[in-house]
Amino acid sequence: MTTTDTRHLLDSKQVATFVARGFLRFDEIVPRTLCEEALAEIAAGARPSHYQAKRGEPASRWPGQPLDEVWPDSVGLAAIVHSPAIAGIIQSLVGPRAIYDHHYAHAIEPNQRWSQPWHADAIVDPRTAFDIQLFFFFQDTPRAMGGTMILPGSHLRRVNESDVARYQNFVGQMPTVCNAGTLLVCHHGIWHCGQPNITPTRRVMLKLRLNPSVPQRLLWNTADLGDTAISGILGSPEPWHGNEARLEVVNRIKLWRHLTGDARFDVDYWLTRLENQAG
Amino acid sequence: MRQQILILCLATPDLGSPVLAWSFYDGTGRATGMSGDSDKPPFPSVLAAMKEGWRVMQFPMLMPRAAGHEHETSHLRFEYVLERMVQA
Repeated sequence: MTTTDTRHLLDSKQVATFVARGFLRFDEIVPRTLCEEALAEIAAGARPSHYQAKRGEPASRWPGQPLDEVWPDSVGLAAIVHSPAIAGIIQSLVGPRAIYDHHYAHAIEPNQRWSQPWHADAIVDPRTAFDIQLFFFFQDTPRAMGGTMILPGSHLRRVNESDVARYQNFVGQMPTVCNAGTLLVCHHGIWHCGQPNITPTRRVMLKLRLNPSVPQRLLWNTADLGDTAISGILGSPEPWHGNEARLEVVNRIKLWRHLTGDARFDVDYWLTRLENQAG
Repeated sequence: MRQQILILCLATPDLGSPVLAWSFYDGTGRATGMSGDSDKPPFPSVLAAMKEGWRVMQFPMLMPRAAGHEHETSHLRFEYVLERMVQA
């Protein structure tokens, strides 16, 4: 779904936060009635991923198709991704007619004490263009239930899947503790891991990966593009960055330039200094 | 005797610099760590762990960054591996 109503698009400071931290969090953005509908749909297996689909079934051909064509209906998960608020987020980051990559309902069974090792999804990905992954939490998720833990600011690091599995804890790691209907929108590179569920209730996190359909240039509501707060957002390190904090800022500047088309954008002169070839 | 391994990733190569990430692997099988199981590092630095009897087994090599890839980041660079031997 394409929205032309800028009220539902992200603003520049939100996109800068996504560039800096690798995620945006939207608490209770999905109404509870739709959460229940989605959970019922998942429990019934009514909208299988292409992994689960039998050969020849439509779902087996979904990857690479526009999301609107893959899920043209208006119930459950389709109703959620087509809602103006969520469609606006998607359009702001990957453009109108986002491309469906895959989705999967990740379930952590009751009393599961095993913790998933840290990893980044897919394989090492050197693109500047990025995919987004939507992590939906349709249940109230206290810490005892998980939820998915993410490492803010890890998305621009080049690692291959479980290369990071030897790490167990980081200063600044963030478990997703939230009410039903909360959505994390993540850069494809973010490091994350499923957390133990020591409650008697099965926990489900629905992940949907989407690819850009157009060059990712100024796709959001750019009315605040000149806001001086943007430099501060892009220049704020995460507590685990240590000696590499400035390199992270440089990589964010490069991504921000890519998204805005402003080849001279800088934060604290970090890149401009290096681009001076005089002499 | 069994080996316990503590991995501490530091902010800089200085052994007294702050811990950014940590892992614990327990050869006794009693208390091996896992992702997300603690919010605070067990020691503020490698030096602090040494003062509590942990022995440093491995230092990170201080490699120059590859030409043309000077700004790329991936793993944490200053990873120290420590051990102590305990009764099984």
